[in-house]
Amino acid sequence: MTMAQTDVSTLWTELTSRVGAGDRFAGLFATRVEGGPLVLSAHVATAGGIDTLEAPLPPGAASYPALTPRLGAAFWYEREIHDRFGVIPEGHPRLAPLIRPGSPEDHALPRHVEGYGIFTIPHGPVRSGVMESIEYLVETPGEAIPHLNMRVFYKHRGVEDRFAGMTPADGVLLAERAEGIASVAHALAFCHAVETIAGCQVPPAAALVRVLHAELERIANHLDVAVRLVDAAGLAVAAARFALHKERVLRLVSRLCGSRFGRGVIIPGGVSAVPVLPPAQILAEAGQLRQAVTADAAALMTTSSFLDRLRGTGPLTSQRARQHGALGPVGKAAGYADDARLARPYDGYRSLAAPPAPGHTAGDALARLRVRWEEVDQSFGLLRQAAEDLPERSPDRARVTCEPAGGRAAGWAEAPQGEVIYDVELVDGRIVRCRPRSASFHNLVLMHEVFTGDILTDFPFIEASFGLSVAGVAL
Amino acid sequence: VSIWVLRGLRDGVVTSRWPARPDPYADGWRGPVRGSAPGGPAGVIPSCPTGAISVTGGAVRVDQGRCILCGRCVAERPDLFAWSRGATGPAAAVLAREALLVPEVPETDQGVGAARVRLRERTAALRRSVHVRHVDAGSDGSEEWEIQALLGPVYDIHRLGVFFTASPRHADVLLVTGAGARGMAAPLRTTYDGMPDPKVVIAAGADAVSGGLLGVSEAVTGGIAATVPVDVWLPGSPPSPFGILNALLIAVGKLAAGGGPASQRAAASPGPRSDAGATGEGDASKAARRRAGETERAGETQ
Repeated sequence: MTMAQTDVSTLWTELTSRVGAGDRFAGLFATRVEGGPLVLSAHVATAGGIDTLEAPLPPGAASYPALTPRLGAAFWYEREIHDRFGVIPEGHPRLAPLIRPGSPEDHALPRHVEGYGIFTIPHGPVRSGVMESIEYLVETPGEAIPHLNMRVFYKHRGVEDRFAGMTPADGVLLAERAEGIASVAHALAFCHAVETIAGCQVPPAAALVRVLHAELERIANHLDVAVRLVDAAGLAVAAARFALHKERVLRLVSRLCGSRFGRGVIIPGGVSAVPVLPPAQILAEAGQLRQAVTADAAALMTTSSFLDRLRGTGPLTSQRARQHGALGPVGKAAGYADDARLARPYDGYRSLAAPPAPGHTAGDALARLRVRWEEVDQSFGLLRQAAEDLPERSPDRARVTCEPAGGRAAGWAEAPQGEVIYDVELVDGRIVRCRPRSASFHNLVLMHEVFTGDILTDFPFIEASFGLSVAGVAL
Repeated sequence: VSIWVLRGLRDGVVTSRWPARPDPYADGWRGPVRGSAPGGPAGVIPSCPTGAISVTGGAVRVDQGRCILCGRCVAERPDLFAWSRGATGPAAAVLAREALLVPEVPETDQGVGAARVRLRERTAALRRSVHVRHVDAGSDGSEEWEIQALLGPVYDIHRLGVFFTASPRHADVLLVTGAGARGMAAPLRTTYDGMPDPKVVIAAGADAVSGGLLGVSEAVTGGIAATVPVDVWLPGSPPSPFGILNALLIAVGKLAAGGGPASQRAAASPGPRSDAGATGEGDASKAARRRAGETERAGETQ
C-alpha cells in the first residue's frame, strides 16, 4: 500500500487519471485529528492492493472543489463528508443529508421529475414485512418509475465514531456489528488492517478457518437473496426450501463456533479457536447442503414464471458498472468483476484454488442471481478445500500475538455484497480512527439508475437482487 | 410448478415442535453470560467491552442486557463466568430491565412481580391469535434475519397463531430491534402511537435493550426504552430465533414469564418447559380473559 499526500486538485487529477487507466475508485472519506486540518483520503484498488491518496485542506477551509463532477462514483462519499464535517464540496450536484438525519426541514419531499400526474410515494422507513429501515421516495405517474430517491439516514448509528479509543480487540467486535449479515467479512477487513500495521502473519490453520467462515457467510447471504426473490414472485414452496437451506447453513455456523453469524471467531492475529466440529463432519455436512442447494437452484432456474420476472429487470449497463466500480455480484453481473479474493488475495485464499470470474454481462436481476448461484457453488468448493486441508494444519496455533502500538493501514475482504475496506489508524495501541466502507454503501447508490423501463411491481425484485444491507450504508 | 410440489415434500416435516415439545437446538443454545453466585471475587475481573460486569456485595454480576456474547470473560475467568444455556425458558426473556442482572439483585423480584401484573392485565385482552409489527430502530441487520427465520419452515410461527402485519393498526405486539437510532425515534414513536391498545413492546437484542456496544451517543439513545415503554426484554447479539419466539409467547401471556422467585430463575437451564401455557389453558380462564378484553375495549370506545 502506498500513501501519498498532495493538495486537493492534484489529488483529483491523479485519482481521475488512475481510474481512467483502469484502477478502481474504492472510496473517499475525511478525517480530522484534534486541532489539525481536515484531510481527504481516497482509496484506489489496484491489482495488488489498496492505495491511499491524501490531501489536507487548508486550515479553516469551509469548502473544496467537488470530485463528483469529475468522478460520479464520489456522489455519496462527498455527501457523507458534508454530513459529518459540514465542509462544502463546491459544484456537487445535490448536498441533501445522506447518513445523518439533519433537521426536519431537510425532510421535505424532494421532486425531480415534473409532469402531469407525477406524484411521490414515500415508502418507509417502516415498511411492510421484516425489513431494515430505509425510505425510498418513488416518483411515479402510476406504473413507471422515472426517478427513485433514497434516504438511508434513519438508522445511522455512529459506528465510525464509536471506534475511537477502542483497543483492536474491542474494535473487531464493533466491526462484526457494522453490518451484521456480513460479520465475518467486516471482522476480516478490520483484522487485516490491524495485522498489516503489526506486520504479523496469521497461522495457516487460522487462515483456513477464516475461509471456512467467510464462505459459509457468503452462502447464507446468497440463499437469503434467493428467499427474497422467490418470495417476491410468490413461490411459497421455493421460499420455504431456500429458507430451510439458509437455516441449515446458520446452524452449521453456530455449531462451529457458537454464533450463527460467526461472531467472536476472527480476532487480530488469527482466530479465537479452531472449529468445534471435526473437519470430516464439516465436509460431510457441507456436501449434503451443496447437493440440496444445487438441486433446488437448478429447479428454480427452470421455473419460467419466476425467470420472467427477473429477465431484463433492473439492468445495470456494463459501462456504468465499470465507471462506478460496482462491487460484488452487482458488478459481476454487469461484466465488471473485481473480486478481492482473486485480485488482492488474503488468508487462505492465497493457497486455495481461486474461483473463476463469471462471465456475465446482462446486468439484470437474472444475471445477478446467476452470479450468486455460481458464487455459492464456488464457495462450497472453497469450503471443501479448506476443510480438507485443515487436519494437516490443526496442530498449528490458532493465533499469534497481534498488539501493534501505532500506525495506519487499509485492510480488505470480499463480503457477500462485495469488497469491504477498513482504514485503521492506531496510536499507543488504541484506535484513533477507523473508517469502515461496506460494499452496501458503494453499491446502493446504483439503485438510482436501474429502474429504466421497470414498474412498481418490479421494485421488490430489484431491491432483493442487489442483496445489500442498510446497516452497512448508514454507519 | 408441479416440480415444486414434489420438492416441497422432499425433507418431510422440518418444523420444530417447540413449545409443545423440547427442541435440542433451542436447549443447546449458548446464551448471554452469567456471573457467579456470592462468594467474593478473587483476582482481576476481565474488562468487558460493553461494561456489563459489575462487582457488588461480593457477587460478580453480568448485565445480560449488555452482554454481546464475545466470551472474553468466560475465557479469562471460567471460575466466575459461565454461558447460560438454552434459548427459551422463563429467564431467557424478562419483564423488567433489572431482571437481566445475573445473578439477580434482591430488589428484582418486586419489580418483576409488578411488571408481570401490569402485562397480564393487558395481554388478557389479546386473543389466541396475535399480530406483530416489527420496527428496525438501528439494528446491525442480523436481528432481521433471525426474525425472518421465524417465517420459514423450521420455526413457522403461524402454527402458534402469530402473524406479522404491515399495518400498526392491526398489531398487538411491537417487536423492536436496534440500538435506538435517533433518526428512527419519530418513526418508532409514530408506529407505537398508531397501534391500538392493548399493546406490548418487545426490545429484541442487546442493542435494543441497552445500546450494546454502541452505548449512548450522538447517534443512538442506548436502547429503545428512551422512545417507547418496553414490556419484554430479550438479550442476545443477536437473539436466536427460538429466543425471539420465546419472547413473543411470553409477551402475549402464552408462556410463563421469568424473573420471579430465585428458584424459577435457577430452572433456566434446559429441561421441561411450561408447555401448558401454550397449549393446555383451561376454558374457564380463556373465557375470563375474553371478558376482560371486551370490557377494556368497551371502555375505550366510550
